[in-house]
Amino acid sequence: MTRRDLRNAAIAVLAALVAGPLALAPAAASAAPAPRASLTDIENDLMCTECREPLPVAQSLEADAERSYIRTLIAEGETKSQILKNMVAQYGAAVLAKPPAHGFNLTVYVIPLAILGVGAAILAVTLPRWRRRTRAAARAPDQNAPALDAADAQRLEQELSQFRG
Amino acid sequence: MRRFAIPAIAVFVAAGLLVLLAFGVAHQGTSSSIDTSVARGDYPMAPGAHTQLPILGSSGRESLADLRGKVVVVNVFASWCPPCLAEAPILEQEQRRLVKDNATVLGVTYLDNSSDSEQFVQQHDITYPVVRDVSGSFVKGFGTTGVPETFVINRQGRIVALRRYQLAGDWLQQTMTRVLAQST
Repeated sequence: MTRRDLRNAAIAVLAALVAGPLALAPAAASAAPAPRASLTDIENDLMCTECREPLPVAQSLEADAERSYIRTLIAEGETKSQILKNMVAQYGAAVLAKPPAHGFNLTVYVIPLAILGVGAAILAVTLPRWRRRTRAAARAPDQNAPALDAADAQRLEQELSQFRG
Repeated sequence: MRRFAIPAIAVFVAAGLLVLLAFGVAHQGTSSSIDTSVARGDYPMAPGAHTQLPILGSSGRESLADLRGKVVVVNVFASWCPPCLAEAPILEQEQRRLVKDNATVLGVTYLDNSSDSEQFVQQHDITYPVVRDVSGSFVKGFGTTGVPETFVINRQGRIVALRRYQLAGDWLQQTMTRVLAQST
């Protein structure tokens, strides 16, 4: 074997050492599914069921367990809706930050709208009535006001005429 | 008459909201009636005896009613809870004694996901049956708000002893000796 052959063999070994891991890296990356959801995004829709606090701010052991479970599901390539469904299956509907709109939970959605509706209806009835009353009161002469004597009436008229130009 | 219509509607709506609030608070609150009854010696029937709960790691279901005739130690636990971790060996040790006396521990996982619960069961070599209460409806009947909690149910299906929080000392062993002696 000549020196040239030895040099070529060394270069080939070096190239294999460098290229080998590079060639394997994409294959390893493709083995793990790409994440299709983020922990931060999912956390915002969930509660810590033990401490009854929103999951993003909850610091209990149960909250940590929930987060760890979500990370596992993200690593398995589940979407946000799949993860939320999975969380409900594991922890019950109480894990959702927004309760499902049925049963007693329906009140959460209906009551604010009902209050707004009733408030608007009350305003729609009372506001025109108040305005009518205020205008009528402004137009009507004040019955309780003391009557002006002739001198005062004359002076008032003079002063008003100055403003009228 | 018409001038009273709007105040009447407002009062009606406010009263309705107060009723709703009272209903919500009453349903969220904790119940200590079982504790009081047991302390008085007036043993109440175990609630939710016919509630079929999924068995951990299986497609089957089990209820307390299925275990009627046995003394049952219901232990509510979660894998993330350190006190549950600490009492697991006590319960398993007791289970090995109980099987000879037609009695059993029944683990109920609460606020826990099934994979973590299964891991917990494997790590602690738990041999007693474990069911899952996903919605919490079963344990809420017992007034449970956290984990761990333990309830002893006699052969007639009545709660005869309970312990909120972690089992300590030889409470379980002493209680079971007494309950089993009463049951025979």
